[in-house]
Amino acid sequence: MTIASYILGIAAAMLALGVVTEMLRRRRLRERHAIWWIIAGVLALVIGVFPQVLIWTAAAVGVEVPTNLVFFVSLFILFLVCIQQSAELTELEGKTRALAEYSALLANRVTQLETATHRADAGDTP
Amino acid sequence: MTTLLKHTLIVMPALNEEESVAAVVDEVYSKLPGISVLVVDDGSTDRTAERARLAGATVISLPFNLGVGGAMRVGFKYALAHDFQNVVQVDSDGQHDPSGVAMLVDALDSADVVVGARFAGEGDYSVKGPRRWAMIVLATIISSLAATKLTDTTSGFRATGPRAVRLFAEHYPAEYLGDTIESLVIAARAGCTIRQLPVSMRPRAGGVPSHNPFKAAAYLGRAGMALMIALMRPRVPLATEVTSS
Repeated sequence: MTIASYILGIAAAMLALGVVTEMLRRRRLRERHAIWWIIAGVLALVIGVFPQVLIWTAAAVGVEVPTNLVFFVSLFILFLVCIQQSAELTELEGKTRALAEYSALLANRVTQLETATHRADAGDTP
Repeated sequence: MTTLLKHTLIVMPALNEEESVAAVVDEVYSKLPGISVLVVDDGSTDRTAERARLAGATVISLPFNLGVGGAMRVGFKYALAHDFQNVVQVDSDGQHDPSGVAMLVDALDSADVVVGARFAGEGDYSVKGPRRWAMIVLATIISSLAATKLTDTTSGFRATGPRAVRLFAEHYPAEYLGDTIESLVIAARAGCTIRQLPVSMRPRAGGVPSHNPFKAAAYLGRAGMALMIALMRPRVPLATEVTSS
């Protein structure tokens, strides 16, 4: 491994962690959505600084080409993130539906109350 | 029977039906005097709500389209809030003959959900090919679940009694085919009694049913999936009698 690729690995991990941290700081990302990205960033940083860790881990779990372990773990984390997003989306759709129902029922009540009030007013001043 | 109808709410989900909705509401009022009609305008972009209101129906307009299931849950919630015992779903395109409503409501004496079935001998509604096979498979599975013979599980013409109205006000699904297949599964697994009565259907005012085999296959796939997911979901218990009311 050249010194340039060593630095590239660390820089990329730092950049990823930096972006997530900055978005958290500006409240553009909530903690529970950021957790998988933080885990991924920290893993990438550890492997960037100590490439030996990757080689040992790959050997330990029986992956012949260490890079394949990186691909496997990356895909797995992306999968978890996607599932989490889909679940959140489903939950939000359910809430939106409930809100739409609630506001439609309220709008109907308001109209009825207004009509009743108008009638009462008209009755008071004949 | 007239007292039963007084406690019955007709719910019509309507999406861009300005052509037909007023006529259907008129027909319901003339054939079932004294009944209440709620049109749920499911995010229409035309004058459906206005036409329905002029025809004398109560109208609830959803801010955006939720689908038939979404519109129906609003109807069930409205029925609960306004002390209606029964809910009858009638399509706003004139496909369902309102003279069948009284019969469906009468049958609620011995059932929680009564489905007006199209293939049970009455009328001349027919579907052929893969779509029909799909309907038969669905009907067989749901029949065994509900312990009664159902031949038309995708019919939207159905009456719902008090127990099922309370169940559906909380748990009526909005997904594709949820208003037909999954709602029956939910009701059957909650312990509701389901019955079917033959009704005659009129041909749809506009459009013909598709006979494209690919569409039929897609329909079978989606219906099968909807059924499987509905069966995998946890059972929803029937709410106990509300004592405070």
